[in-house]
Amino acid sequence: MAETTTPTPTETAAPALTAPRREPRGYSVRSLPGFAVIAIFTFFALYAPILILVTYSFNAGTSLAIWEGFSLRWYYQAAANEAVQDAAIRSLYLAFCAATIATVAATMAALATTRTRRFPGKTMIYALINQPLMIPEIVTAVALLIVFAAIKVWTGHTSMIYLIAAHTAFCVPFAYLPIRARLETMDNTLETAAQDLYASRWLTFRRVTLPLMWPGIVAGLMLAFVISLDDVVITEFVKSAGQETIPTYMLGQLRRVVTPEVNAISTVILMAGVILVALFFRLTSRRR
Amino acid sequence: MTSQTAHAEPAEAAIADTTAIAVDVDRVSKIFRGETEVRALDDVSVGIRKNEFFTLLGPSGCGKTTLLRLIAGFEPPTMGAIRLGTRDISRLPPNQRPINTVFQNYALFPHMSVAQNIAFGLEMLGKPKAEVQRTVDEMLRLVRMEELKNRRTSEISGGQQQRVALARALAPHPEVLLLDEPLSALDLKLRKDMQIELKRLQHETGITFIFVTHDQEEALTMSDRVAVMSAGKILQVGRPRDIYERPAERFVANFIGESNFLDATLSGGTVELAAGGRFDVRVPEGVRDGAVSVLVRPEHASVRSGEAAEGETGATVENVVYSGEATVVHLRLATGEAMKIRLANAPQGGEAPPQTGGAAAIRIAPGAVTVLKD
Amino acid sequence: MSAQAETPFPPGALEREAETADTRRRWLLSLPAIAIIVCAAAGPLLVMVIYSFLTPGDYGNVKWEFSLEGWMNTIVQRDIFDDTLIWADAHLSIFWRSFSLSLITTILTLIIGVPTAWFVATQPPGRREFWLFLVTVPFWTNLLVRTIAIQELIRSEGVINLVLLKIGIIDEPLQMMFTDFAIGFGMTYVYLPLMVLPVYAAVDKLDFRLVEAAHDLYASRWTAFRRVILPLIKPGIIAGSILVFVPCLGAYVTPRVLGGGKNLMFGNLIELQFGAGRNWPLGAALSLMLMAAVMVALIFYVRITSREKADG
Ligand SMILES: Nc1ncnc2c1ncn2[C@@H]1O[C@H](COP(=O)(O)OP(=O)(O)OP(=O)(O)O)[C@@H](O)[C@H]1O
Ligand SMILES: [Mg+2]
Repeated sequence: MAETTTPTPTETAAPALTAPRREPRGYSVRSLPGFAVIAIFTFFALYAPILILVTYSFNAGTSLAIWEGFSLRWYYQAAANEAVQDAAIRSLYLAFCAATIATVAATMAALATTRTRRFPGKTMIYALINQPLMIPEIVTAVALLIVFAAIKVWTGHTSMIYLIAAHTAFCVPFAYLPIRARLETMDNTLETAAQDLYASRWLTFRRVTLPLMWPGIVAGLMLAFVISLDDVVITEFVKSAGQETIPTYMLGQLRRVVTPEVNAISTVILMAGVILVALFFRLTSRRR
Repeated sequence: MTSQTAHAEPAEAAIADTTAIAVDVDRVSKIFRGETEVRALDDVSVGIRKNEFFTLLGPSGCGKTTLLRLIAGFEPPTMGAIRLGTRDISRLPPNQRPINTVFQNYALFPHMSVAQNIAFGLEMLGKPKAEVQRTVDEMLRLVRMEELKNRRTSEISGGQQQRVALARALAPHPEVLLLDEPLSALDLKLRKDMQIELKRLQHETGITFIFVTHDQEEALTMSDRVAVMSAGKILQVGRPRDIYERPAERFVANFIGESNFLDATLSGGTVELAAGGRFDVRVPEGVRDGAVSVLVRPEHASVRSGEAAEGETGATVENVVYSGEATVVHLRLATGEAMKIRLANAPQGGEAPPQTGGAAAIRIAPGAVTVLKD
Repeated sequence: MSAQAETPFPPGALEREAETADTRRRWLLSLPAIAIIVCAAAGPLLVMVIYSFLTPGDYGNVKWEFSLEGWMNTIVQRDIFDDTLIWADAHLSIFWRSFSLSLITTILTLIIGVPTAWFVATQPPGRREFWLFLVTVPFWTNLLVRTIAIQELIRSEGVINLVLLKIGIIDEPLQMMFTDFAIGFGMTYVYLPLMVLPVYAAVDKLDFRLVEAAHDLYASRWTAFRRVILPLIKPGIIAGSILVFVPCLGAYVTPRVLGGGKNLMFGNLIELQFGAGRNWPLGAALSLMLMAAVMVALIFYVRITSREKADG
């Protein structure tokens, strides 16, 4: 171990003549006592509940507590459950519509609000786009309930449009985030160069801007998709009768007798989420 | 009247009459309004001739890039007109101007190959496929990049990127090519090669080049004409030799090459140096008889040890610095003015240069004295 | 070159034209996003302001009559017998529970989140990505699912009770569900990544030569942490605290699942007014109060971070 001029607690406690306590990896200012232990505990605590949940989804028995052997019984049961099928299809449809519209809108907004001088209204546009992130979900949910209830009574129309609108609105800031980040790291002179080489505004966008910002757009789309898929609160308040999504279906089930079926559905959602997040990570971190 | 017209040599004025103007910058100003107002260009007028290698030279922040951006159309002028020949293009967007740019950082499209980059402008002009193909091949040959045509632009070296940027800008055969410090990112050796290459390309294509640099040597060696800029103004336009030997102002003299500034008195076409000596000079317009400042380039005078004779000026040697091909002698004149003189080094055993502390005699070559405007 | 300037446009006109066109283009591009958010997020909030000043309808919804009852009922209530105003104790205790549980959760996430963030940020670069990924995955996975996972853990027949019974520490299952403890525990679990991520970002930016300098000047590890590291990563810690505190204050799912019907938090109290409570104006007023509380926290945060920026 290298001589250090710094008297560490161990060194002051143990005089130089006695065998010094060994610090095998050398003296590092980066290690703080106990931090690693807490961190490892944290990771254990983060994943243990999820792992238990996943494990019990494979339980052969009806009980949530006693392990009776491995089986896919609850997965089959969930898959055969018409309410689940219905909710799953609705969830996916909703997430698809909301994420797509939100990503298109967010892409346009990101193009408008990045790489520019201050133009009149810029701050306002920026604040509006991020507004759904600032307000607690329950508040937005209640406000939407009030307005949409009135519209539903007034028009008598109760299609998915309300859910799609609500989901699109809170997906916009999430889609906006990675797209904006991507645009900000992009070299402005590339578009200038395209215009210099006789490309019109539209062709500059098609041939240069869009291909370069594409990873950001895909990342935004995936993020928006996950966010829409996960939403409970706003959906719970906006949905009309019979418009259950997977999360609201599960929330409803929790009031009744809980069976491992909920665990099975949870596991599927978890897996889907992990896969999308992993893809998202790959997309956003792979910059040269 | 602007300074550049005042200083045009008679011969040059003749050329100006016979050569058509490619880009006419007419009293252009550009003001950036941010937290503080920046006058990036201040009433700039200059005419750039067809097929000319024209260089904008000036220190950082003097407005060179701004002038290029205005010509290319990336930014509108605050005042003034920019004409292509006689056509006003102030309102023309950049994609409709027959002007191409080689960007300082090259701005190559990272998602396209070398060949695709070069083809881009031609495709945007709607040229038929066969013609695009042919021109791209021709350009690749011109910049000697045939083997790398399918490489990604991130997979080639800086010098090669530079050449692709050049080929991409030349491919649509613009009337004017703008080059914003295209060589500044290259190392010295590559830079020298590219200087020659650029000259060759300009010669072969016959395109008007407007070249930006803050390297005076580069400007002098490459250009047909040079414009020296400072703080948003063009101070002088002229052939490299005129700029170097007949700078109009102290700033120009100082910026290009090494200078000795001496006090003198002007009376009717002759100056008398304060330190002694009379010289016939060309009097720039606007300079009156009386006290003036004159320029003597260090290599336009010679010095020997000993007392000054007739036609020579006496001085004390303060320092002698050997620098390979030359020796620079730092002198102090009787008036207290400092002067340095550069002597070409002869093979060893020749005449020894003056010794530090000794007396010396300076002889200034006739015609070496230039009267400055300020 | 003409000596006479014949400018084809008045001074500055081209620039103004270009700027106006640019601003118009940017507004047009932003329009879809603005329209969506105004229709389905920001606009309804304004409508809610109106609703908070109306009279509750008999079967939910509202009657279009002006009333301040909604706002008054947030903190006081009329005594049923003598019609005097008394404090709405039920509401006040819910506010207090929301505030105190949010605070406790924030402190708990701080205590375990800061060391975790430190640990991740001081890993060698190759492994760091992996640990960071492990923190991020729960953040993006379904909040309801994670809450269900906690429920599984602390139910009477849940894993914790099962283990404790097996070991013999307890004879009877502990009642953990439907308590404040369950809510705090759940929220700590659910919002922990929101603490770790900003603190990680701060530690990642930390210049370790400063820490070395502190050690060189005879600081012990603990002193160096307190006197050098902590002040430097403070912005991250403040960001993390706000990011945890704000959603806790407005939490709805976690208290609903883990707190049951009795241990309400702010979010559940709001829901109640639109369900069994049938008092929409009160619900609207409560929502606006919650929004205001969150805004105060966010403004506080913006103030602090902008001051930090000005200092740095
Ligand atoms: N978009 C802008 N907004 C505000 N000021 C600007 C802008 N572009 C340039 N300037 C200012 O205008 C002046 C001229 O800038 P310009 O880029 O033309 O200088 P330059 O001669 O090209 O310098 P360099 O040799 O460093 O490239 C500078 O003071 C610069 O700060
Ligand atoms: Mg420049």
